[in-house]
Amino acid sequence: MRHHLVLRVVSKLLIPFIILYGLYVQFHGDFSPGGGFQAGVIVAAAIILYALIFGTDRAKQVFKPRILMVMAPLGVMLFALTGYAALALGGNYLDYDWLAQNDTAGQHIGILTVEFGVFLTVVSVMALIFLAFAGRTHEIHDDDW
Amino acid sequence: MTGSALSGIMPHLPALQVVVPLLSAPICFLLRRGLVSWAFATVISWAAFATALLLLQAVLTDGTIRYEIGGWAAPWGIEYVIDATNAIVLVIVAGIGAVVMPYARRSVAAEVPANQHSLYYTAYLLCLAGLLGVSITGDAFNVFVFLEITSLSSYILISAGAGMDRRALTAAYNYLVLGTVGATFFVIGVGLLYMVTGTLNIIDLSARVPALQDNRTIHVAFAFIVVGMGLKLALFPLHTWLPNAYTYAPSTSTAFLAATATKVSVYVLMRFLFVVFAPTYGFMALTLNYVLLPLALIAMVAATIAAIYQYNLKRLLAFSSVAQLGYMVLGIAYGSVQGLTATLLHLFNHALMKGALFLAVGCIMLRVGDVTMLGVRGLGRQMPWTMAAFVVGGLSLIGVPLTVGFISKWYLVTAALSDGRWPIAAVILASSLLAVIYVWKVVEAAYFKEPPAGRVVREAPLSMLVPTWILVLANVGFGINAEFTVDVAQTAAMGLLGIVP
Repeated sequence: MRHHLVLRVVSKLLIPFIILYGLYVQFHGDFSPGGGFQAGVIVAAAIILYALIFGTDRAKQVFKPRILMVMAPLGVMLFALTGYAALALGGNYLDYDWLAQNDTAGQHIGILTVEFGVFLTVVSVMALIFLAFAGRTHEIHDDDW
Repeated sequence: MTGSALSGIMPHLPALQVVVPLLSAPICFLLRRGLVSWAFATVISWAAFATALLLLQAVLTDGTIRYEIGGWAAPWGIEYVIDATNAIVLVIVAGIGAVVMPYARRSVAAEVPANQHSLYYTAYLLCLAGLLGVSITGDAFNVFVFLEITSLSSYILISAGAGMDRRALTAAYNYLVLGTVGATFFVIGVGLLYMVTGTLNIIDLSARVPALQDNRTIHVAFAFIVVGMGLKLALFPLHTWLPNAYTYAPSTSTAFLAATATKVSVYVLMRFLFVVFAPTYGFMALTLNYVLLPLALIAMVAATIAAIYQYNLKRLLAFSSVAQLGYMVLGIAYGSVQGLTATLLHLFNHALMKGALFLAVGCIMLRVGDVTMLGVRGLGRQMPWTMAAFVVGGLSLIGVPLTVGFISKWYLVTAALSDGRWPIAAVILASSLLAVIYVWKVVEAAYFKEPPAGRVVREAPLSMLVPTWILVLANVGFGINAEFTVDVAQTAAMGLLGIVP
């Protein structure tokens, strides 16, 4: 859709704000509705919008599938490792109270880290699914799977 | 030092049982190298097995273990609850995983394209984590979450067979559609339970639901959960996804899933039927007698007859699995301590026999590349160890004395007779006799027919024979000395029915 000037200009304007809003939902998630999943979907929507307007090839140059493929498992690991950290500090699995001196601070740290892990995974998986489907050629070869 | 480290970890074993495989899945994905991923997955499987054994031991000595995830107290937070029933399921799942993984290296290398190996082991670890999670959790919604993890990863494990036969893709897709319907029905049922009781904790539910036996919403929840789990465990008319899925999946996937996935679904069905709903009269109690019982009987006979006519060995064993699941549901339909004991025994025993049989078939797949009746011709002499393993597994499937199959059937028949239902006992014996036919067909082809001219076949490698024979010997070992398994099954059955010994 490169020839659609209006779409191009508007989306260029919008994409930074979409991402910013995603980050707001992310980091305000412990006080208001929101969190890693919603934020991840919003940021992934920005990536998908970019890919729709400028084509999947350019989107793949910016958001490299190889890096996204590493980000997805890293997010899961961040989540799981937060649980292990609580375990190592003497609490039950995922018991955030043990992550800091006082319980409230511990809950904050725990939720923010875990939600950031969710965010990483959701962004990269959403983007990967879109790029995989949109980037499919019509002819499917066995090696492409 | 090691003693104190172990005692520090002990209270957290319930969490580690699930989160160790869960965390190792993304690590396995990042390792990327097939062989490294395999070694990693193997070590994790053994660790999970050790954890499961420690948990079983702890449950048998100290009684039920409860663990609060995240430190949130039980009815509000998610808790893991381990009693004798799910401790034995954990041991089955982790044990089969620990045996199958050493076997997987050669088998997967031969059947799955090289660039997919680390993805395959990642899916396996996720599946393992999911199955362990379903078994261990004491929260009804958490069951659904882990069920989805299990299902999604098992679709991958099945479709990995596409490298050999593209029909694996349609088989996996078919399973995906039916599995999703099953999981959705289950979660609808859980939602309805939540609507009526306001709780998702299974212990909490068990305190509230039995008092509401005439509540129509509870009836609907009951129906959704029974049908949903019926789909997942391949209860007779809902079994159509299973034969294709088991036939076209790579041998390792088939052995692992056949021995674990349906068993875990049977466990969930038992948990909900007898702990949550605990029906004593009316619609729900009648369902056991007039729906599950006939379906189980039909499965036992019809699927066995279908197995007789199969040409492909994996398909034959898949139909036999449907029949064997009929035996398990039969024990559930009795609703008595003896019945549940028989079901739990068969849960364990069938995992051993089907595991052994599918591993033996995997050996044939590796060396011959053809697991049809034609492919096994003359293998009795060319692959003596593999075929001997198949024969012992087959005997166990029939229920010949000195094998675990005999123990299962003995308790099923005893349970039927103790209620005076001798026609059911007759059906059990009849379907066992029918099983002789399909096992004999394979034996005849392997031992009494000449191999195709010019075919040179070597015995399977040790890395595959040893795991197969471990399961075969377990078939015989637990068949000769069933004291331990019967004890655990009895304790578990009484726990499910809330009977204090």
